[in-house]
Amino acid sequence: MIPGMLAANPRLDRWVSFEPDGRVRVAFGRMEYGQGIATALAQMAADELDVAFARLRVVPAATGEIPDEGLTVGSMSIEFSGPALRTVCAEIRGLFTAAAAARLACAPEEIEVRDGAMLRHGQTTGLDYWSLAGDVDLVRDATGEAALKTPERMLVIGQSNARLDLPAKLFGAAFLHDLSLPDLRHARVLRQPSPHASLLSLDEAAVRRAVPDVDILIDHAFVAVICETEADAARAHDAAEVAARWDGVRAMDPALSEPAALKTLPHQDFAAGAAPAGPSNRRRVTATYGKPFLSHGSLGPSMGLAQYRDGKLTIWTHNQGVYPMRALAARITGLSPEAIEVIHGQGPGCYGHNGADDPPIDAALIAIRRPGRPIRVQWRREDEFGFAPVGTAMVMELAAELDASGRLVDYTAEIWNTPHTGARGTAVAESALAGYVPPPPPPQRLMPDGSRFSGGLLNATPSYDIEATRTLEHVVETPIRSSSLRSLGGAPNTFAAESFIDELAEAASQEPLAYRLGMLGDPRGRTVLMRLAEMCDWTRRWEAGTGRGLGLAYDRHRGRGAMVACAAELEVETEVRLVRLWCACDGGLIVNPDGARNQLEGGMIMAASWTLKEQVKLGGPGIVSTTWDDYPILRFDEVPPVEIELINTRDPRPFGLGEVSQGPVMAAIGNAVAHALGTRIRELPFTREKIAAALLA
Amino acid sequence: MRRAIDLTLNGVPVSVEAEETENLLQVLRGRLGVSGARFGCGLAQCGACAVLVDGEEKPACDLEIAAVEGRAVITSEGLGTPEHPHPLQAAFLELQAGQCGYCLSGILVGAKALLDRNPDPSREEIATALSWHLCRCGVHNRVLEAVALAAKRLREGAPA
Repeated sequence: MIPGMLAANPRLDRWVSFEPDGRVRVAFGRMEYGQGIATALAQMAADELDVAFARLRVVPAATGEIPDEGLTVGSMSIEFSGPALRTVCAEIRGLFTAAAAARLACAPEEIEVRDGAMLRHGQTTGLDYWSLAGDVDLVRDATGEAALKTPERMLVIGQSNARLDLPAKLFGAAFLHDLSLPDLRHARVLRQPSPHASLLSLDEAAVRRAVPDVDILIDHAFVAVICETEADAARAHDAAEVAARWDGVRAMDPALSEPAALKTLPHQDFAAGAAPAGPSNRRRVTATYGKPFLSHGSLGPSMGLAQYRDGKLTIWTHNQGVYPMRALAARITGLSPEAIEVIHGQGPGCYGHNGADDPPIDAALIAIRRPGRPIRVQWRREDEFGFAPVGTAMVMELAAELDASGRLVDYTAEIWNTPHTGARGTAVAESALAGYVPPPPPPQRLMPDGSRFSGGLLNATPSYDIEATRTLEHVVETPIRSSSLRSLGGAPNTFAAESFIDELAEAASQEPLAYRLGMLGDPRGRTVLMRLAEMCDWTRRWEAGTGRGLGLAYDRHRGRGAMVACAAELEVETEVRLVRLWCACDGGLIVNPDGARNQLEGGMIMAASWTLKEQVKLGGPGIVSTTWDDYPILRFDEVPPVEIELINTRDPRPFGLGEVSQGPVMAAIGNAVAHALGTRIRELPFTREKIAAALLA
Repeated sequence: MRRAIDLTLNGVPVSVEAEETENLLQVLRGRLGVSGARFGCGLAQCGACAVLVDGEEKPACDLEIAAVEGRAVITSEGLGTPEHPHPLQAAFLELQAGQCGYCLSGILVGAKALLDRNPDPSREEIATALSWHLCRCGVHNRVLEAVALAAKRLREGAPA
C-alpha cells in the first residue's frame, strides 16, 4: 500500500534528487522545531538509499520546495512521514541498481549500493547515483512497491546521529527571530481586547506624540503601528493602547478558570462504545478528575514577516507547516494560494498550536495594505500568553464496575472539554477585519476504524483488557481561544484513567502493579510495565501516608501506539518535590535513540510541570496570566533526575514518541502524591493550596 | 540623550549611537547585530536574553545601554565559534543538550558566569545558578550534565 503522504506527493523527484557535487537533496514536508525530526527523517533516507548521512542536504522548508505533508503534529512524523520517505528512497535505490545492471548487462540482484556507489559482487563498477543520474528519470510517480529494509539490514536507522539543527542554536543566529531582511519595517498590532470588540476611536495624535514618524494603519478593528525600528514600534504600540477606546469588550468570568465550570457552558454530546451498563450488583466506583486550561508556554514569543510586492505575498514563519500557512493566508487575505510563498524558519518549541500562526498573518495583513517593504511583527510575552490558543480544560468523570474478584469489567469515561483542535486554521487577527465571518468548522475527522475522531477521546479508556468500555464526550463551546496542545486529550485522560486504576486497585484490596498486570494481556505492554517496576525498585514501596510517595502508571498511546510506563518518587510537605522519574518505553523501531530519549524526557518534564504548577487564569477581557510570574513552570532546581529505557527497539514498526510520556508521568505523580499523603488530589495542578485542602479534608 | 556609547562586545571595542535609555537587548539585536541574546519576556523573568556584563550575568532586556558604557558585554557569540567552540558549547553538542534551543544561549552565558566563580559545581549548585533560566522543552538534565562536563574539561585544562 502506498503510504498516505506519498499518495499525496507521488513524484519521486519532489523528495529526492542527486546533485552534481556528490550530495543528495532530500525534501520532506515535516517542520523541524527542535524535536529532531529533520535528523531522524534524513537518517531514514540515508539508510534506504545507502548513502552516508553526511551526503544529505535537507531542503529548507518552503512552499514549492518540499512535498505537502500538511501540519507537523500529533507525533505522526516518524510513523507516517517516515514510511513515505523510506518508500521513495527504496524505490529510487531500486531504479538505480536496475540502471547499473542494464549498463553492466547483469541481473539487478547482483548490484548493491555502498555510500551511493554501485558494487557488483562487492567490486567497484565505476557507477554511482551521480554518474547514473542521466539514466534514471525521477520525474515519475512512486509505485510504492519497493520493499523497505528490514531492521537487521539497517545501518543508519538506530544510530544516535547528532541533530542537524542544534549547532546553529549554540553559536548565535539560528532562529527566524534573527532574520534580518533589507529595508525591513517593524510593526505591532493593537489587538482587539477580545474577539468582536469594535474600535470606537484611536487618538492618533497621541500616538504620534510618542513616535512622530509612525505609520498608523486602521482598517475596521485591525490597527497596526509601523515604524523603522522595533523600539519605536513598541513605543507607538504602548501609546496606542492608551489612546484606543473599544466597545463590546468581553468580561471574562474568572470562575471559568476552573475545569468544573465547563459543565455550565453549552455543549454537544457524543456517546460511543458499549451500550449503557444495565443494573448489576457489581461493585461500582466513581471519581471525577480535572485539568485546567494550559498554555503552550513557548519560550520565545511568536513572530513572523511578510512582504507584498507585485501582487505576490511572501510570508516567513516558524509555524507547524508551510502549506497550511499558505491556505490560512489565502483564506484571510483573499489572495490565491499561487500568489503566496511561505518560507519556514526555526522557532522556539511550540508543543502544538501556539501563537506561531498569528504574527505572520498580522504581518501579511499589514504588508498587503503597505506594499513594498517587508514587515516584521514580533509578539510580546503578554501577547503569546494572552492571545495564543490555550490547551483546553477537561473534566473526566469516571465510573467502573468490578467483578467479585475486584477485576475491572465495565468502564465509563464521561469527558467535558472544548474542541482540542478548535482554533486550527484560524488567526487571531481575522475577527478584527470588516465583514468577518468565522470559517466553517472543518469536516469531522475519522479514526482509522471509521469512528469519530476527537482529541478528547484519545486514551479515554485505559489500556487494559476490559469487557465493556464506553465514552460520553461533552464538547463545550469554548470561552477562550483554545487549540491543540501536545497530546490533545491523551495525557489528561491518561492522568485520570491511570489515577483511577490505583483507586480501583485499592477498592479491590490489590497492589497497584499486580492489579494492572492482572488486566494486561498484551505481552509488549507487560514487558514495559515489569521493566519499569524493576527500574524503580517497586518492591521497596512502603506504607502510604508517610509524606514520601512512589507511584506508577502505564498506557498504550492512543490505544495503538507506543507502550509507555512511568514511575515517580517524590516528597510532599507543603509542596511536591520530585525525587526521581522513570520511564520504560516500547516505541517499536527507534530511528535515533538519543533523540527518542530526549523527546520522552522532555515530555516527562513538561508534563510534570503541568501536573504541579500550571493553570491559565481567566478574567478581564480574556486571559490574565500573562507573565511567567503568573504562569510558573518547573525550574532547574525543581527538575529531578530521569531514567529512561527503550525496549524492543528493532521491531520493524516505529511509533511516534513526542507525546507518549506525558500521560503516564502525570498519573505516576498523581499516584505518588496519593501514596505520600494517604489521600488523593484529583484536580490539577497539585499546588500548595490543593495539598493543604486535601490534608484538611 | 542620544550620543555615542562605547563598550566592549565579545572582546571587540564598539561604539553605538543611541539614546542612553535604550534597551540593551534591542541595541544588541538591532544595530550591533548579535543574535545570541534572545527576546523571551522583556521582564527579566526567563533568562533568554542573558549576557555577561564584566563577567556578571544580567538580563539584557532589563538594562539600559548607558548602563554598560565602558564595560565588557559578552553574548553566546563571544564564547566560541563552530570552529573553536567554548568547552560549554562543545559539551552541549556532545550531550545534545537542547531541543528547540531558544533558551540555550542565555543558559550558556549563565553557565560561564558560574564556572568562572566556581570551577567544580555540584548538580545542585548548577541547578541553583541556572534556576532563573526557563526551559520549556525539558532538557534540564542534559544541561546540568553538559555544564558539569564542561567544568571537568576546563579543570583538566581545556582552553576556554
